[in-house]
Amino acid sequence: MTALLEVRDLRVTIGSTAAVRGASITVNKGETHCLVGESGCGKSISALSVMGLLPRGSKRETTALRFAGEEIGTYGEKQMERLRGDRMAMIFQEPMTSLNPAYTVGSQMTEVLRRHRGTPRAQAVDRAAELLALVGITAPGLRLGQFPHQLSGGLRQRVMIAMALMCDPELLIADEPTTALDVTVQAQILRLLATLQKDLGLGILLITHDLGVVARIADRVSVMYAGEVVESAPTAALFADPEHPYTRGLLTCVPVPGKVKRGEPLGSIPGVVPRVTPGFTGCGFRDRCSQAHAACAGTIPRQAVADGHELLCTLSPGWGRQAAA
Amino acid sequence: MTGAPAIEVRGLRREFRVRQGLFAPPKQVIAVDDVSFAVPAGSVLGVVGESGCGKSTLARLILGLLEPTAGDVLVDGQRLSGMDRRARARLIQPVFQDPFASLNPKRRVRDIVAMPLLAQGSIGRAEMDRRVDEALDRVGLSIHQGTRVPAQLSGGQRQRVAIARALVLRPRIVVCDEPTSALDVSVQAQILNLLAELRTDLGLTYLFISHNLAVVEHIASEVAVMYLGRIVERTESESLFAAPRHPYTRALLASVLTPEPGLGVPDVGLGDIMPDPANIPPGCRFHPRCPVAIGICSTEAPKPAHGAAGLVECHLA
Repeated sequence: MTALLEVRDLRVTIGSTAAVRGASITVNKGETHCLVGESGCGKSISALSVMGLLPRGSKRETTALRFAGEEIGTYGEKQMERLRGDRMAMIFQEPMTSLNPAYTVGSQMTEVLRRHRGTPRAQAVDRAAELLALVGITAPGLRLGQFPHQLSGGLRQRVMIAMALMCDPELLIADEPTTALDVTVQAQILRLLATLQKDLGLGILLITHDLGVVARIADRVSVMYAGEVVESAPTAALFADPEHPYTRGLLTCVPVPGKVKRGEPLGSIPGVVPRVTPGFTGCGFRDRCSQAHAACAGTIPRQAVADGHELLCTLSPGWGRQAAA
Repeated sequence: MTGAPAIEVRGLRREFRVRQGLFAPPKQVIAVDDVSFAVPAGSVLGVVGESGCGKSTLARLILGLLEPTAGDVLVDGQRLSGMDRRARARLIQPVFQDPFASLNPKRRVRDIVAMPLLAQGSIGRAEMDRRVDEALDRVGLSIHQGTRVPAQLSGGQRQRVAIARALVLRPRIVVCDEPTSALDVSVQAQILNLLAELRTDLGLTYLFISHNLAVVEHIASEVAVMYLGRIVERTESESLFAAPRHPYTRALLASVLTPEPGLGVPDVGLGDIMPDPANIPPGCRFHPRCPVAIGICSTEAPKPAHGAAGLVECHLA
């Protein structure tokens, strides 16, 4: 498989916070890679730094940031502008904040094509209608003339997805695309993303805190904690053999119907996510980790558990099974 | 279970008038439509449904924050309307979704927790301090954290403050409206465990509103499914999750994405018509989205069928 997006050793500092501390993420063509973690773990910042959309005053460093084989880390704002919305597109959690309330759906959607490709208006409108139909909107003609506030949350998210697809992107970055939606609509939107990916061969980087979403849609998962990817694996392997104490803890926190008995306490991770400042060394999870020991304050080794399964921890792979035996 | 149910609602209805525009006549929105149920003391009634189904309006009616258009709310056997606000506060207390919005940012945690005691107007300083310490301790906050302001606390700690404030008057009933929806999963588990522990230790009754069915299954003894203002199914938690009877309940359960890889994303089969509380369809209000609707569903509203297994409102159940 060819790597569509390759991020090596990404570091982002925002003010006095080390938001991302050496994360490496690869998204292959036609693959869904999920970044999962709790708020403040650096997953959204990682995505924004790929798009060149970091807040003012932040500093980004990488050893490589390649998109379709080309180094884009050195691109200036002009060059990034040409890529964004064209070959790589992004959708956000709350469609209402990313759609312009003063313009109709149609004019916002056609702007993308007109700007990137110089497509004439009539053709752009046809393309917009075609995409609205593709994302399952029943009366595209009507919706094109409406304003975002006239649409329901699920419809708005569909419009966002359709808009992101206007220029046939190769990479779609979706930051919590279904978090604000009802479960019924969430299932519909995720099905849609899965279908589109198969039909269009999209690479998707999907950011979520919901392990249910990850399990159902991801090909590969990277678990982030305090700015680092602590574990990365193919989805089935991660859920079957979680290695990092944080991943294992996270999996016990979720009530699974039929698995956790009612009345029995859920697993939980004591403490809170730390705020990490530049110069912090060692494992960011050690204060909450039941397995922490002296070496966790030093350099943490990146270990291969199996093919494509990586672990950032001082424990050796398989520690959990040995402890249980 | 002895004595009166902790919460009882009879024929509860609440309408809102919504303005459509400057000159258009206002529209009637029925947020809660003829809802009746009883929650036995010491149990947990989970209320689930999509946004706009009326579950938060129901919570506000039961808390006495909204007046019903028709019907009655009885808390601990007493009619809520006309009850003294201070007496009401001693019986029933809320915990809301967003601890960032529901706590006064300028006050110390201690003072926030003491507020309900202060409002009673009859509790002395020493007693107040003692009760605040007790409430903070109950929810796992230190005396030191009591001197902080909400901005210095994490989301989970703030939700603990909100719970301490709800408990300080030692109420019998707590209405939890999406209490963990704004929290991270690891913190959500802490708060759910705390709520479960408090219920057993203090013999509390919860009305627990959530859109997260897995959370509701975990904590509720009975579940009510709301759709466009009506309870379409109400059953003991175990049988609801094992054998849902209403097609809407089945669709809701099918949409839950459990962390089981390889299963893919389910097809819920609801289509893309969204429920609109301002335009409630005739007949069964669920029929435009229902995958198994038949002729009668679009013309005649189903009657609630009470049985041993609970209540269901569907022509086909």
